Formats: sequence, C-alpha cells, structure tokens
Amino acid sequence: MSDHANISGIGAAIPAPNLDTDQIMPKQFLRGIDKAGLDQGLLYDLRYDAQHQLRPEFVLNRLAYRGAAIIVGGSNFGCGSSREHAVWGLQQFGIKAVIAPSFGEIFYSNAMNNRLLLVVLEQADVARIMADVADPLSSHIEIDVASMTIKSRSVVASFVLSARHHRMFLEGLDMIGASLSYQHHITAFQQRHWQARPWLKNVAHLTRARLDTSKS
Amino acid sequence: MAKTLYQKLLDSHTVIELDEQNVLLYADLHIMNEYTSPQAFSGLREAGRGVPVPGQHLAVVDHIIPTHPVRFRIIEDPSSALQASNLAKNCQAHNIVLFDTNDALQGIEHVIAPELGMIRPGMVVLCGDSHTTTYGAFGALGFGIGTSEVEHVLATQTLVYRLAKNMRIRIDGLLPQGSSAKDLIMYVISCIGAQGARGYTVEFQGPAIAALSVEARMTLCNMTVEAGARGALIAPDDKVTQYVLERAPDINAVAALADWEGLYSDDEAIFEAEHHFDASTVAPYVTWGTSPDQAVAINARIPDLAEEPSARTAAQQALRYTGLHSGMAIEGIPVQRVFIGSCTNARIEDLRVVAALVKGRKVAASVRAMVVPGSGAVRRQAEQEGIAQVLMESGFEWRQPGCSMCLAMNDDFLAPGERCASTTNRNFEGRQGRGGITHLMSPAMAAAAALAGYITDVRKLEQSHV
Repeated sequence: MSDHANISGIGAAIPAPNLDTDQIMPKQFLRGIDKAGLDQGLLYDLRYDAQHQLRPEFVLNRLAYRGAAIIVGGSNFGCGSSREHAVWGLQQFGIKAVIAPSFGEIFYSNAMNNRLLLVVLEQADVARIMADVADPLSSHIEIDVASMTIKSRSVVASFVLSARHHRMFLEGLDMIGASLSYQHHITAFQQRHWQARPWLKNVAHLTRARLDTSKS
Repeated sequence: MAKTLYQKLLDSHTVIELDEQNVLLYADLHIMNEYTSPQAFSGLREAGRGVPVPGQHLAVVDHIIPTHPVRFRIIEDPSSALQASNLAKNCQAHNIVLFDTNDALQGIEHVIAPELGMIRPGMVVLCGDSHTTTYGAFGALGFGIGTSEVEHVLATQTLVYRLAKNMRIRIDGLLPQGSSAKDLIMYVISCIGAQGARGYTVEFQGPAIAALSVEARMTLCNMTVEAGARGALIAPDDKVTQYVLERAPDINAVAALADWEGLYSDDEAIFEAEHHFDASTVAPYVTWGTSPDQAVAINARIPDLAEEPSARTAAQQALRYTGLHSGMAIEGIPVQRVFIGSCTNARIEDLRVVAALVKGRKVAASVRAMVVPGSGAVRRQAEQEGIAQVLMESGFEWRQPGCSMCLAMNDDFLAPGERCASTTNRNFEGRQGRGGITHLMSPAMAAAAALAGYITDVRKLEQSHV
C-alpha cells in the first residue's frame, strides 16, 4: 500500500492562528540553492531559544511527540510569504500531514505540489483533535486519503480534496509533464493572444533591449 | 453575461479548462528572484527541460543584497553570493533578462517591473513572491507562486491555476489629510482580518480608489495579500494608461487603449462577497501585534482581549512578544529604529512625503533611521530632486536599493528587543530579526516617529509645519 494512501502517526498541536511561513521557515535557512537541511530550520524560533538551546516545553521537543507525523494547527496555517521552503522543511522533519481549519493560499498549492497532505476541518473538529493529541496517550491520528477520512480518539470526520488534488496526492502526477501534453494548445493560444495583444509579447526581452539602446 | 474584471482576465488567459476548479493559465510575464528560483532551475535541468519563451521572464537580485551606501556592491555572505551567481548562471543558460547586483536598474522586483514599463493592463504576472498582488494596480492579475510553480511556468509558460472567488471592496469618501493608501489598506485588513479575503481575488472600487495615484494603488494592492487575498485588482483608468504608455513607448497606444477600455467589471456582474468602507474617517494606522490585522488608529488604544479563546490566546501571545498590553495608547511608544523601504512603500512618492516632513528637522538622537529606496532609478531620482540631501541632513541613512529590513535576509536587521517603525508589510514575529518588534505604518508616520523618537501622530507634525 502506498505511503501516500494511509497516513498515521503521532499528532502534535500547534494551536496559534496565522502561523506564517516566516515562522515555519525563518529567513536564515533560505540561503541555499537546493532543498537540503531545511529540517534544521523548521519552526526554529519555537524549537530553540535565542541562545540556540532546545526549548524543552515546545511540543515537537517533548519526548512523547518525537517523530510526530501530523501537525494539528490553527486557522490560516502557512499564511504570508510564498517560500516553498516551509513545505520542504515540514516534510524533511517527518511531517506527512497538517490538519487545520484553513490554510494560507500559496502554502496550500505548495503543499499539494509536494504531496504534503493538508486536511481542512471545521474549527470544532480541529479543537477536539487538539484536545485528543494534548494527551500523549491519545495522540495517534489515522488518515485514509483514498476515502478522505480522519480518525483521532474522539473524532471521525471526512474531509475534501479536489478531484485533481486527490489524484495528485495518491498517484503523484508529473504536473509539468501533464501540462506539456497540452503544448499544441499552449502554442496555438499564444499565437492568438500575441496577435490580439502584441504589447504583451516578450515584454522582458523587448524592454531590456529598449533600455540598453537608450543608455548607449 | 455580465463579467467581473477578474473573470475577463481569466477568460483572456485560459489556455484550456482542466476541470471545474482549475484552468491552464497563460503567463505574460514571470519575475524571479535569487532565493525562490534556484530549485526550479535545478528541477528543469534534472528533467532535461528548457524555457520555451525566455522573453517573458526576468530575474532580479533583491532579497539578499546588502544596501550599504557604496558604489560597487559586494555580497559578502558566501551562501548569498552563491545565490546571486547561481541566478546569473541560470539566466545566462536560458537567455533570461537579469537585473544583477550592480545593474543601474536593479531594485525590488515589484518596484522595477512597473517603473520600467513592463506591467501592462490586462496582463497575467506571476512571481515567486507573495507581494505580486501589487500589479492589480494596473488592472493586471498578479499573484505569488511557489518554487514548484516557478518551474512549471519556466517550462510551459502556463500555470495550473485554481480559480479564486471574487470579492468587491468598495471605498467611498476620500482619504483625509495625513492618511495614505497604506493607512487605508491597514484599516481594511484590521476590519476584515488576516484571512478576511482568503480564497478571493479582491477588486477595489469607489471614489477613494479613483483618487489614488498609481503608486498609491500599488501600495494598496501590494498589502491586500496580508488579508489572505489571492489577488487584488483595480480597473485601469487614464492615470494608469498614461503611466504605462510613458514608460513603454513601444506600445501601439491606439490599439492598446482600445483593448484596455474593456478592463472593468460589468455593472451587473456578481461578486461572491462584498464590503463597503468609508475612507473619510481613516486615521493613520499602526500595528500593535504580530499579524497585520492587529492594528489601530494612532489616536486609539490597544483593544481589549477578544472573548473567543483562540483569538484571545493569539492576542496575548502577540502582546507578550511586542511587550505591550491591552488598553495602552499606541501613541508615545518609543522606537529605536525606523525603516523606510520595501515593495510596499519605497517609491518616489513615498520618499517625497518623508522628505517634505523631515526637511529642516533632525532624527531623534535615540533613533537609527534608514531609507532604502525601491530601485536604482528611485534612488537617482531622489538624488536629482534633492530628497536624498534632505534625508541625509536630517540624519537618515541613505542606502542602496533592495528588500533589506522588510524581511532581513541581508545584513539589515533588528537586534533582539529593538522596536522599529517600519513602512513594510509584515509584523510577524522575528520578521525583521529575531526578537525585533515591528510596528507597520505609512511613510509619513514612520518619518514622524523618526523625528520624535516614539510613535506619534503625523498630523500634529504637519500642523506645526504650516
């Protein structure tokens, strides 16, 4: 059975609403040209104090939540900056899914493109799951992606993924390859578009050429 | 059928409808920076893919660039230097226009693209940066994308785009003296909340919007993303078309103007959500917390804690971080730093406002105040207009352009506990430096704070100036 069809593991609650991607992946970890090492940066200021010492009270640092696979978050989780590093960092840390009442829009697309599962549930259900996982003895959550259902100690709920996201998640589509299969549509569209609105064609190249000419 | 401006822009850029919720959307212009594009180029390389339409992409070094006032800039930090050289290498490999570290036209991506005439009404503009909503000021659909999507746009010139809902925010009245587009958008965000527009593309309409300059509209649309919006739009008018045609003389004006005339929402068009506000009562706004919606008018007090538990906890946490408490006046809070810059407020009009206020006055001795112009062009213009001289005489540092202390990816950042009056767009915890405290406000309000050494009402300063 695919790793992506069933997700289960320890859930950890990070209840703050509007947990922005600056907090999920702070700026000092954005200096790479690859994706390596982002697990180090995940939620850095929450996991470590100003002296870079582990904060023992933070949920992901507690022994009982080591190896957590699922974060139960507040509303508008992942708002702010478009940095996909936030998603990569969560995955490198071992997070397979985030459950929240709502997500930042760019974060949502970034997560789907990386097959990090985002589960949107009613605020009341999220609150009950948070209460469940607050006790390490009932922190286990199971998610069946195929049937789009989630189970914690006291909650059984279904959630919605768009048909496209559901398929992407289960099958791992090559999005670019899929879009390139429409190449003849893109080319034909582009010809019509440029003919109707020639001032939208190759704007970057033409602008640079004009500026360079006026300079010399 | 009656259509909104958003629907018209979608219609003119839909290559095919993929399913009920997604279309393949054509990108007229794609802008890249040094930190959200490297992995996209690597992805292309690994898959053996190219960039079929290189003329519609551009790149700029802006997020990590130092802003020290030196003629020739060197990026000292090795990993940041690698990001810049890697971007140059990628652009060269794919024949993509680059505004590099020491290019005279370098600047913040959302400042240079419009000022060089590259943003045009009716466009779809994408960029791996959330503040791409700025381009709504031109009646162009702009929005931020992630790095996987950057790769997708490079390889296909399109994006798999999830359709947004459509919201109209109508703003009647006119902004009073002392209040700006920044105050207006901060007021709107404080009313509808940091996720008040989540899932929506927002169209602004009304007399208050019509009265705004093109640059002020950029400020407004730029920060609309802080309400969670997926896009911001304003129907283009004569101000906008004139701005564009002046900067892009190669456009066939007759044909373009005829096309742009159709870029508005039809009277009968239906929006899925509506808000109405009145600009005439909008005072200068200042944030007190760690989310852009935690803001009050300068003459107001930090509100009582909300009843609802999660909002209450969030406000408590924010106040703990900012070292403030409910019921406290926002006016009079001392600041040690003032930052005037960012894609929200670093254009020439912003700097003119600041210079007019500080001329002949001095920055308070307790304050370190920086002005980071949005671009090389803005910097030169400010120098020609005498603005730079005024700022330096007042005690402001006059820096080289870049994103700088908006997100503190370079060596401009707050020390722990430092409090900053900032013209930027995000007051998130640690955004301007770990432990640093950000108060978002307009350029005029930041200027007033620089002079006073504390957060103060710029309208008092303006009166004493007369």
